[in-house]
Amino acid sequence: MTHRETILARIREALKNPAPPPGQGAEMRASARAWLPPAGETLEEQIELFRQNAQHLQAEFHTFPDLPAAARHVRSLAAAGGWKKIGLHTGSLTGPVARELGLREVRTDCGYSVEELESCDAALTECEVLVAQTGSVLVSSPSAGGRALSVLPPHHVVLARRNQMVSDLTAALQHVSDKFRDKFPSFLSFITGPSRTGDIERILVLGAHGPKKLSVLLLP
Amino acid sequence: MSAAAAQFRAQARLCAADLRHRHFIQTALAGYYAKRDECQNRFRSWARACQAAAAVKQDAVNHLDSCLEEFASKIEARGAKVFWAPAAAEARAYILQLARDRQARLIIKSKSMTTEEIHLNAALEKEGFQVVESDLGEYIVQLRHEAPYHLVFPAMHLTRHEISDLFHEKLGSPPTDDPEELTMTARRVLRLKYCQADIGISGANFAIAQTGMISITENEGNARLTASLPKVHVAVVGIERILPKLSDLALFLPLLATAGTGQPLTCYNSLFGGPRQPGEPDGPAEFHVVLLDNRRSELLADAEQRDALRCIRCGACLNVCPIFKSIGGHSYGTVYQGPIGAVITPHLLGLQQWKHLSQASSLCGACAEACPVGIHLHHHLLQNRRNAMRAAPLWREKLLFAAYAFVMRRPAWYRISARLARLIQPLHRWIGGSAVDPARAWTKTRALPRLAPKSFGRLWRERPRP
Repeated sequence: MTHRETILARIREALKNPAPPPGQGAEMRASARAWLPPAGETLEEQIELFRQNAQHLQAEFHTFPDLPAAARHVRSLAAAGGWKKIGLHTGSLTGPVARELGLREVRTDCGYSVEELESCDAALTECEVLVAQTGSVLVSSPSAGGRALSVLPPHHVVLARRNQMVSDLTAALQHVSDKFRDKFPSFLSFITGPSRTGDIERILVLGAHGPKKLSVLLLP
Repeated sequence: MSAAAAQFRAQARLCAADLRHRHFIQTALAGYYAKRDECQNRFRSWARACQAAAAVKQDAVNHLDSCLEEFASKIEARGAKVFWAPAAAEARAYILQLARDRQARLIIKSKSMTTEEIHLNAALEKEGFQVVESDLGEYIVQLRHEAPYHLVFPAMHLTRHEISDLFHEKLGSPPTDDPEELTMTARRVLRLKYCQADIGISGANFAIAQTGMISITENEGNARLTASLPKVHVAVVGIERILPKLSDLALFLPLLATAGTGQPLTCYNSLFGGPRQPGEPDGPAEFHVVLLDNRRSELLADAEQRDALRCIRCGACLNVCPIFKSIGGHSYGTVYQGPIGAVITPHLLGLQQWKHLSQASSLCGACAEACPVGIHLHHHLLQNRRNAMRAAPLWREKLLFAAYAFVMRRPAWYRISARLARLIQPLHRWIGGSAVDPARAWTKTRALPRLAPKSFGRLWRERPRP
């Protein structure tokens, strides 16, 4: 008998003892969404909620009328942070903004050196969706230049379009299920604010292992 | 008394008398209570969300075999290797062999209680592999050669000064009382390790059957780095981590964050569904998932306590437990502390050696009330007591209860005993609290209440009648 068969046999044997609380998972699962924190009905409400959540999380959030306005803002971030080198992936938003910056670039599209990426001052990525309910950015390998780009450099700048705003976590997960069906990427992550820790006397410190700063820029 | 019980008694006695420690832990937890309540109030109904989570997780546990098969086949289809480990020894052996085969030198770990459970670090270090914990709290306790103090907050018992001294001694950093500076010191040291590590080892908070992914919840980003940079990623996953559907995360992620740390959502909730896929820029070349049974199937067979497998390891029951707050996390001497540890440790390691944990409870039920998946924790403590007594009866206790039952069933005997007790009690003053006092366990630190001069029965009979 293989280990797999051993364990499955043990489980099947154990489950022969009927347990008191019967599983009503299916019905309860359907109702669960209604008990979670509210998420705003209209897009405007959702953007406002995202803004409040971002503020609470100490993340930066701005909306812009067009791409050049967003690019100008990123340029001011670069000047303020003294950026010399940025990491990014090729995309319809990241490309034009990076061109405006004119800094040294590390593109992750076809592999990269970890040392090169690690020494970048900021990362520029896109995302799957933004989640109003929690102020989260859902990234995936294909939408955000792989696994490490959005966690290694000290400042993560996300560029997203208004139509990428969704109400809650359920909608976000539904979005990726519909988009990828059974061809999921190997990595998805809900990023909710800059990296943090409370491991020393439960005192909040930003930038534990990941970025110390997170900026989410919303475009039309 | 088992060795573990003797150790527990000695440690608990010391820690409970340490007022500085108690004050420190209570202060740390006060902040947690405030934030947890705030987050619970954001839910349209926290109670109903918990009920839903309990039902969904119970459903998964009740169909554990099919859920696990689905999980394994889905994740294997994307190139992950699944190893089924019946016990800790097999899991350790598999990971050791992997480390040897890949000629690994440095292994980086993100926080995982399952790897603590199988004592993986010790096994790897014994064979000469360097193992570095990357979660800040875990890194601190690793430098101190200590076990984690708490499921979720491994270093919550240490002050910033102790940590500063530790870093000064081990890493040569200048002394500071600034938590931010300490965090940055650890960040710098661990960044270097990440770039050199050959293997990354993590746990998992959930395993999604429907899509074949593991979900890791964290705040620091260390788990993401562990699963991104090294060439090999190993995740050690208890078989009960399973969730049937991807959409279940919409419920479980906010629930875990609220109950665990008092956050609406933790900073990173990441899903890993295999090694680097064609067309992806990065990720490990190999992804191994070790599915660990290690006597969880025995807990599954206990229909009465099966709900303990719903546990999502949030630590909420520790944070509210009056015993935990008094005796601290290290007194337990177990990987899983607090009420949940007292419930499951006897199943994982043997009831007779660990039954004392079920005695160390006021049965106040704060744990069960705090549990986001509705585990009947304090009932299980009672059941553990009963089961332990059934398997190995204590004759002295049996005799005492038999005598008690005999007296209580006979009013005349009861009256005589009460009258005798009232006569004898004044004599107790002479031996109270001393070595010959039969009630010493109580009288050592407390006054024995005096019996009322007249019993209720007598007062009733003597009451003035109109």
